[in-house]
Amino acid sequence: MRYMLLLYHDDQLFPKPGTAEEGQLYQGYARFHEEVQKIGATGGSERLRPPSDATTVRVRKGKRVTTDGPFAETKEQLAGYYLLDCKDLDEALELAAILPSAQYGSVEVRPIFEM
Amino acid sequence: MQNACHEENAVAAAIDSVFREDGGRLTATLIRVFGDFDLAEDALQEAAAAALTHWSRDGVPGNPAGWLFTAARRSALDRVRRDATLSRKLQLLVHEADSVAEQPGADMTDSSIEDDRLRLIFTCCHPALAPEARVALTLRTLCGLSTAEIARAFLVPEATMAQRLVRAKHKIRAAGIPYRVPEDPELPARLDSVLGVIYLIFNEGYSATNSSQIIRSDLCGEAIRLARLLAALMPDEPEVFGLLALCLLHDSRRDTRQDGGRIVLLDEQDRRRWDHAQIAEGIAVLERALSRRRAGPYQLQAAIVAVHAEAATAADTDWRQIALLYRRLVEVQPSPVIELNRAAAVAMAEGAAAGLELMAPLAAVLDGYQPFHAARADLLRRLGRRDEAMAAYVRAIGLTTNDAEREFLGGRLLEL
Repeated sequence: MRYMLLLYHDDQLFPKPGTAEEGQLYQGYARFHEEVQKIGATGGSERLRPPSDATTVRVRKGKRVTTDGPFAETKEQLAGYYLLDCKDLDEALELAAILPSAQYGSVEVRPIFEM
Repeated sequence: MQNACHEENAVAAAIDSVFREDGGRLTATLIRVFGDFDLAEDALQEAAAAALTHWSRDGVPGNPAGWLFTAARRSALDRVRRDATLSRKLQLLVHEADSVAEQPGADMTDSSIEDDRLRLIFTCCHPALAPEARVALTLRTLCGLSTAEIARAFLVPEATMAQRLVRAKHKIRAAGIPYRVPEDPELPARLDSVLGVIYLIFNEGYSATNSSQIIRSDLCGEAIRLARLLAALMPDEPEVFGLLALCLLHDSRRDTRQDGGRIVLLDEQDRRRWDHAQIAEGIAVLERALSRRRAGPYQLQAAIVAVHAEAATAADTDWRQIALLYRRLVEVQPSPVIELNRAAAVAMAEGAAAGLELMAPLAAVLDGYQPFHAARADLLRRLGRRDEAMAAYVRAIGLTTNDAEREFLGGRLLEL
């Protein structure tokens, strides 16, 4: 089954650049990549620019409304995603728990709607 | 014509009884074979409809559960072959189901059935499901309780419970929640939820809701069997043994808890009629658990029941010990209901006034809880505070859904 791991980060909680904690953070992602390669689960991933660089579009009554940034001001913001092909939910959850994003925010595991 | 109708009623009753007895086992095995909850349930329903026709004509077969299983398996296979989407989804499984179909009875051996039910309980108790959905799904699929019964047990409208079950089954399928016993590293973390579900099943059997019969021993038996299975599988988990001991000890008093539909309280029960072999087993299981020195809520509750079981007469009960055990229980598992039980034990050890004092702060949280008002009424009665006792009994009766309990409380009220 394919799962999208949606990474939500709380920037307040993230380690500051240059700290030892930041080093551990990258080690964590490296470990995740290693595990994903090992089981051949990878289906692609991207890191997103921060919400301050985002633009939101809505069409209301046929009229386009464009706003700066994301609509909802929540602490945790979507920061990136991994698309994985896993045996089942347990495997996907196990991989998600390795991600440092799970420590400094949350990882939402969503099954892909297969047509 | 009337004869045919009568015959059909008898067959319908036979089908009902097979569902009660074996519905959970059949569902669990069908889910293993086909990997889909709804397909398994639908196939079993279809088999029941076919049984009504065939059994009315040819009589009830010697092995009705086996007949239903074979019919359900055939119906599920037909459905998978007819339905292209389902077929694609279950492609790998159908091959297995086909080969299984060629060996009748091969997948209905006792040991594989137990494994199926264990798999099913871990799936039903998966942490990706909401806690209330875990309990509901286990009761529905493993124990064959109706949606209405589960709804009453959890004090929610039937439609809400039905929706909860649909949503849970949908999530299992859509999110890919696996149908297997978790691997060793995840097993302990998944255990708490499983133990909670088993104990709820036991309690559902021990004090069945809205039924003229207080005890449905089949459910108690199911819970004990599940607890035994878990104990065999997880010999290093003292809480599993604690739960097993707790169920065994409660269950040993089963036959003395009612008399012709009337509730018989612990202090009035005929202790000679308790199942003393089962009490001995329960205590042995508990001692084995306690020797690990990791006392958890189930072991402590079992220890409390064991103190009762060890008293030759009600007057011999060591209430101080019980009050102490309740205090430890509140520490490891804070809950107003346990506070209430502690208060009742203190009332026995130190007098009704001391118990009533401990109950007072619980009034706000437990106002909708029948046993709170029943316990309070009893203490007020003993203190001779007649008017307050009457009000509390009336409140308790208003909250009772069980006929036998209503009769008991009504009797106490009239004695005042």
